[in-house]
Parts: sequence; structure tokens; C-alpha cells
Amino acid sequence: MMGANASVLSARELCKDYGKGSALVHAVAGISLDVAAGESVAIVGPSGCGKSTLLYLLGGLERPSAGTICLAGRQLERLPETGLARLRRESVGFVFQAFHLVDELTAHENIELPALLAGSSPRGARRRAHELLEQVGLADRGSHLPSALSGGERQRVAIARALVDEPLVVLADEPTGNLDSGATTEVLRLFDQLHANGQTLVVVTHDERIAATADRLISMRDGAFVDETRLVGGSPRSLSAMVGLER
Amino acid sequence: MRPDPASATEPRAAASASYQLNVVQEVLLALLASEPAHGYQLQARLQLALGPLADALNGGHVYVTLSRLEKAGLVVAGEIHRSDRPNRKVYELTAAGRERVLAWLEDVSWPKPAPAEFHLKMVAAAAAGLADPVRLVGLQRHQLLSGLREAQRAVLAEPEGSVAGLLLEGVVLRLQADLRWLEQCARFWDARKGR
Repeated sequence: MMGANASVLSARELCKDYGKGSALVHAVAGISLDVAAGESVAIVGPSGCGKSTLLYLLGGLERPSAGTICLAGRQLERLPETGLARLRRESVGFVFQAFHLVDELTAHENIELPALLAGSSPRGARRRAHELLEQVGLADRGSHLPSALSGGERQRVAIARALVDEPLVVLADEPTGNLDSGATTEVLRLFDQLHANGQTLVVVTHDERIAATADRLISMRDGAFVDETRLVGGSPRSLSAMVGLER
Repeated sequence: MRPDPASATEPRAAASASYQLNVVQEVLLALLASEPAHGYQLQARLQLALGPLADALNGGHVYVTLSRLEKAGLVVAGEIHRSDRPNRKVYELTAAGRERVLAWLEDVSWPKPAPAEFHLKMVAAAAAGLADPVRLVGLQRHQLLSGLREAQRAVLAEPEGSVAGLLLEGVVLRLQADLRWLEQCARFWDARKGR
């Protein structure tokens, strides 16, 4: 078991309500979670189960109605807006389903931007963006605008951008939701590398492929966790049977 | 798989035997269609096509199948005499063998997935109150996710453009479909619980 101090991210009795009176919705209803350093966690569930809201709460993009969140040793719910923005910039890398790249900036500039905002020197930011483009396999695409890139390439740029300030944790919201099977494999390959390098990763998804590759898989329904499991690989035999090589 | 009486006394041998793949006759015939080949060349062709999945390939079975095909007149075997080493058999497709391959290629029967049996299991469990269908779905889901994890790892280990990667991709997509159906099953049986 991990001790509480080994967690980089932890939440206690987290709630988020929307609306009022009879229209009140408990999007997140009393969730507690500890994410250990270097761990990859997948949260799966049907659309509308509250998993994206949970991710936004964990990353400080939204404030909880009740409960506490501790990230990088800071209590998120106690921070003022400016402090929260700084913590997000320094400690969290976000990856979204729709990429959210700046259309007018090249791939390279998109990656540099958060580094510059965090106070890096232009030279330092350029060097780091260059490294990351290489890491995500797009060294020759740096000068392209997002519109000239495929969906898979755009998402890899977005992942590079999320990594530019060396975040404590990467939070990804349906990162393969807009991608075909081949591009999904590229993104999974990249996540696999990040995980091997010790990056802490929390992904909400309904993509079973991501779910199956995480260290820990949490199922969510109606704003609450309903199941938690650690998967180990199947046997080679099960694979053979699945392709019809065995009867 | 045919039970092997010789290995039945030795549990470990029996377990590893059950990992071995059998190859349908038509697959071997089809692999001979481009040119005649030795048994070990056929195995190499299978290995290339299957990648990591070929690890469980039953080498002996290839030779057994080839001799059956020979008896059935679907292949002919020619001996190559070699002075320094044992003679080697080269197998060649006959006209009847080629016909069988063509018929097999056009055959649209598809390996059957398991939903009917699983479905009936849940129906029976719910009707008799023997087990909670939602729990059974959960167990099955865990099993398929473990398989998906294994398949996904194998996909990531294949180099780009690998022919075996294409097969693994098929496994992944199929498991995804099965997992989505299980999600429907969970919802259906969960809703029934309250009644």
C-alpha cells in the first residue's frame, strides 16, 4: 500500500452539484481518490457519469461544491483564483479530446506558449519545444499549422504542450475520442512511453484500449466510483484463442 | 484440441500442449499456393504472418497435417536427395488442392464469438437466482480487459507496417466491441435488479 505522502494528487469526499431545486444534479457525488507518483489511472464510465467534471475538479479548472483536493502538497479549494492558476500552470498538463490548439500558431509555437507564460526564456522554451516535438515523433512538423496536421498529429502536439512545463501530473479527457484506430495506437504508444518515464497520468475515457493499459482502472457511474481493479495481462493462450488459432 | 494420452500423466506437459495451436488444413494449402515448400518453410511463413501469436504454433502438427493432405491427394510430396544430410520433402499443391484453396478463400463463414452462451448464462442465472448477472458481467469484463491489455501490449511491440500487427488490431477491435456489449449487459441486468 502507498502511504498518503506518496500521493501527488488526492481528493476526499469530492462533490460537484449543478443547478438548483428540482433541477439539481450531483455530477460528482462524494469521490475520494489517491494517485501515487508515477501511477497511471484510467477512469471509465458512460457519458454523463461525471468523469470529465471529476477531472476538471482534480486539475483545478472547476471548484468543488464540497470536499478537498490536495495537489503537489497544496489544498486547491483554499487557493485564490491567481494561486490556483499558477498551480495549474506549474503542476498540471491538460490534454483534451478536441486538442484545443491555437489555430494561428505553428505546432512548435503551440508547445512553446505555456513555457513562455510560465516565465521561461524564449531560448529555453524553443529548446524544450524542439525536444518534445522529437519525443512525440513530429520533429519535421514543427512549422506546420494545426490545420495542416492529422488528428493524431494534433493530439501529439497537444500532449507535447501538456508536458512543456514538466507537470507533476498529466490529466487527459477522452484523448482518443476524436481519433481513428491507427492514431489511437500512436497516442497509446506515447502514453506508454510517458508512463515508463515515470509520468503520473490520469485519463478519463470510454476507450477500452486506454482503460486496459492503465495501472489502475476505476469505473464510474452516476457521479460515484462503482468498481476499481488492477489489471494484469492475459495469457498468450487467451490471445491465440481470440484470433481463432485455437478451438 | 485432441487429448494426448501420453501427456495426460504429466500435468505440465498437458498444460503446455493446450497452448499449442492447430492450423487448419486449408491454411497450409493456401500457403503452398504461391510455390512448393518444405515443412519448415511453411512454418516460417506462418510465423511471419502471426508474429507473437506464432509462439504457440505446434510444429509437429504442421507435418501431421501435411501427410494427411498428401493422403487426400491435395498435395504431392517430392523427395530431394542430399548426400550430406537426410532427404528433404518438398510439398506441392495438386489441382484438387488448388480448387480446395479457392473454395476456402470464397467461404464467408466467420469464427463465432461467444455472446449466445454468455447471454444464456445470464438469463439462467437471473431466472434461477443462482448468481447475480451483474457480477457475472463484471467477471467477464475483467477477463476481456486483461485480454485487451495483452493484445494492446502486443500491438505496441509490433513495428509500424507489421503484418502481424494487422491481426492484433483485429483482436483489439473485437474485444472493444465485446466490452461495449458487456456494458449494455451490465446496464440491462442492473435495471432489472430493482424490479
